[in-house]
Amino acid sequence: METIKVRDITKSDLKWNIEYIAERCTMCGSCVSTCTFGAIKAGVMRVDKIFSQNIKPDPQNTHKTIPVIKQVKTLANACVGCGMCAKVCPNDAIKPVRNTDDNRQTLMAHDAGPVKRGGRTNLNAQRTLDHIIVGRISQMTDPSLDSIRHTFDVRSPFGRVLPAKSLPFILKDGKLTMAHKAPPVQWIYPLIFSDMSIGALSTRAWEAVAMAVAYLNEKCGLPVRMSSGEGGMPSKLLESEQLKYMILQIASGHFGWNRIVKAIPKMKTDPAGVLIKIGQGAKPGDGGLLQAAKVAEHVQAIRGVPKATLSSPPNHQGLYSIEESVQKMHLSLNAAFGFRVPVAIKCAASATSVSVYNNLLRDPYQICGGFFIDGIQGGTGAANEISLDHTGHPIVSKIRDCYLAAVKQGLQGQIPLYGGGGIGMTGNAAADAFKMICLGANGVFVGKMLIQLLGCVGNEHGRCNACNTGNCPTGICTQDPRLVKRLDVEYGAERIVDYVLTFDKELRKLMAPIGNSSLPVGRSDALVSTDAAIAKQLGIQYVC
Amino acid sequence: MCRIGSIKSKVAFSPSKALYLMLPQQEGHDNSGFAMVMQDLYGIFTPYKDKPLLSLACTQRGAQMVEDFMDSHNWEQVAEWIPVPNDQPGLDIKAMPYYIFRNYDYPEYYRDKPMAEKEELLLDMRLKLREILEKAGEGYVYSFWPDVLTLKEIGDPRDIATYFRLWDDNGCLMAKSVVVQCRQNTNYDIVRYAAHPFFLQGYTLCANGENTFYTKNKEFQKSLHRGYVGFESDSQNFLYTLHYVLHELKWPIEYYKHVITPLPFTEINQREDKDVLTSIRQSLAHLEINGPNTIIANLPDGRMLTCCDSKKLRPVVVGRTDTMVAIASEVCGLNEIMPDRDMSQDIYPNEREVVVIDNDLEVQRWKQ
Ligand code: SF4
Ligand code: SF4
Repeated sequence: METIKVRDITKSDLKWNIEYIAERCTMCGSCVSTCTFGAIKAGVMRVDKIFSQNIKPDPQNTHKTIPVIKQVKTLANACVGCGMCAKVCPNDAIKPVRNTDDNRQTLMAHDAGPVKRGGRTNLNAQRTLDHIIVGRISQMTDPSLDSIRHTFDVRSPFGRVLPAKSLPFILKDGKLTMAHKAPPVQWIYPLIFSDMSIGALSTRAWEAVAMAVAYLNEKCGLPVRMSSGEGGMPSKLLESEQLKYMILQIASGHFGWNRIVKAIPKMKTDPAGVLIKIGQGAKPGDGGLLQAAKVAEHVQAIRGVPKATLSSPPNHQGLYSIEESVQKMHLSLNAAFGFRVPVAIKCAASATSVSVYNNLLRDPYQICGGFFIDGIQGGTGAANEISLDHTGHPIVSKIRDCYLAAVKQGLQGQIPLYGGGGIGMTGNAAADAFKMICLGANGVFVGKMLIQLLGCVGNEHGRCNACNTGNCPTGICTQDPRLVKRLDVEYGAERIVDYVLTFDKELRKLMAPIGNSSLPVGRSDALVSTDAAIAKQLGIQYVC
Repeated sequence: MCRIGSIKSKVAFSPSKALYLMLPQQEGHDNSGFAMVMQDLYGIFTPYKDKPLLSLACTQRGAQMVEDFMDSHNWEQVAEWIPVPNDQPGLDIKAMPYYIFRNYDYPEYYRDKPMAEKEELLLDMRLKLREILEKAGEGYVYSFWPDVLTLKEIGDPRDIATYFRLWDDNGCLMAKSVVVQCRQNTNYDIVRYAAHPFFLQGYTLCANGENTFYTKNKEFQKSLHRGYVGFESDSQNFLYTLHYVLHELKWPIEYYKHVITPLPFTEINQREDKDVLTSIRQSLAHLEINGPNTIIANLPDGRMLTCCDSKKLRPVVVGRTDTMVAIASEVCGLNEIMPDRDMSQDIYPNEREVVVIDNDLEVQRWKQ
């Protein structure tokens, strides 16, 4: 007999339980050594066994102590459901199962201060885009295009677009010529690889994404751009030709900019752009967070910091108003690259996004080269769970609101709109991107999806999401060299390339039936919704 | 698709010629209306070429409202042609009670103003009249411009012509240029304002096809100019963009095609003028046209223009003789009115081509 210890953590208190079939287990130990969270351990169990050794049935009872795999029942070592044990087990003897019945783990985890994790919001993962259908098909009155035979111009502007009347044109011999330069605008692929820093990602994972970008540009002719994230970049890349595919991010911690600024004189080419990160959809109002476990030596070197938990402040210091931010940051970053590089801004979607966008649109310097709005379903390497689950704003209506605010003033298209946060959450980013574009976005950005292509198993139903711990079981989100070895960089880069090539084909599959050979930015007439409230909010047709 | 056509001639001709151009092309819903814009007028309008001509269809009350309005704004009527209809039974026409074609002289204090200012005034007057008539539901005003006459009606074009005695060729209604179309809106509500050709400040345009960028064009155009109104048809987008590029931006005509059907980026990047073309493409991205289309336009200086969509999904052909050039969706129309022309000289513009006919009937064509 044992005494009952009601306050102890037991399996039924934890979000994930290990289902283990002892009869199949050969005690090879693979699962235990694979589990990066220490969530399982080898142990013994006393079992009752009935056996018969004669030719005739002759059942006998015996007590035996057998070796088994056991779940560790502590909060610190709680199973995260990553499923690595199941992947490695040769006999299908073990797997994690979701415990849908209990929330004591969340409750009790608060003992140790605010709960931190990575991943996406687990509470607000609703999918507005799935209630929207591409419902205006070209038939009879106008022919559909052929997604294979016809040519399509799948490009989006990145940079400040001037109204036609302000273009610096002069007429010379019946031809328009440029009297002087206009603000830089790049026409890029409408899918931007969004800002995941070296530090949040392992250098190798970051490299895999960068490799995919280079391949897509150089071998596939798709001008995909990648944002560096707030964490700087290796000097080698800063001084290479491939810098032209990179959008350098500056966030409130300014991490990595020491190195970037020093590299400017040695740069062979300009970067694709600069992205000023004001906020992030996953944790609006909260600065960046890199926990000490992940601040490895090379991260210290790139960012120019000691080993410590790195918290970026929630605000850029010194930017006490939007005018300040436009004047100070935009101007100085524009100036740093000789006004040759578009400087854009990224904010967390918020009830105030339209005001921000209006301010940028009306700014007399005409200097903001893009407005990136990041919705609540965006991912993060580390955040307070309370921010992840309870702050933020869905992206879909926000993009629409901003677009329509510009339409109202006749300013649409002048500051390209990019939307992110949950794009590709169900695996089909092309459909999401297409709908966002019809609602007014010029393009979309994705992050979480990319690391999922590399192998990340996290999702918005509480699986894994341990990116903040340094124990990422796939080697993506950790700086532990042994774990990073799990990542197959080339294989991962290939997956990303393959996905983008399919994305491109699928985008055409949607453009062709609505009869468009260039991106249908703002073509809300192509969309219908089966949800009356969504239709009303977005100004599209309700159908049933 | 609806069929469209135009004729430009050294010798003034009657509207029946435009009907002969159109009728052989008719198919499907095509016999549902008749609309034309005549420019460079002769016959009874010869003496009034510089006097703004108001074209409207209205009720008696509408006519009174227009008269009151024009009087109160000091416009002086100088001539008027009110067709006496041949209202024989059995005609397929949904006629309005009155059709008024009236020349005015500018208010006194405006007579010496530069043409540019007069142009703005003429537009304001037309918009105001449109508003008054529309609010009261008493009529339609199509154009108010010197030397330009617009006639639009719902019904069978043959019967409409009978009603207006256009078959008579009595020499009263003559012009050297006409843009014409024989169909009412088949996609949406039948409203007289939805029938092309459309007219704005000397620019006339007819479009055959579907503009799948209608919504984004419309949303953009609405804030570009006070004259960009109505949007009863997606073809108005073409006219407003033509007007914007030539009249507002004052760019050479070559750039119109670059706005409505820009070159793909891969082609732009190989061109010497890539900076200019890219700037145009990005600044006027919301004026791009997608979908199958052909357009025929008349410019204020009398030149006529045609071009098609970037995939050449809709046909058009230009035929010519020494004294006349005609453009039609289908060649059978040309064969009807100019059977003896040299057909080998017919032009079938390709998807990147623009064809312009000047006032000496010289044909200019270029690739975008
Ligand atoms: S699912 Fe992941 S965390 Fe849970 S025991 Fe298996 S390897 Fe460990
Ligand atoms: S696999 Fe790594 S990156 Fe993915 S959720 Fe888990 S810890 Fe985060």
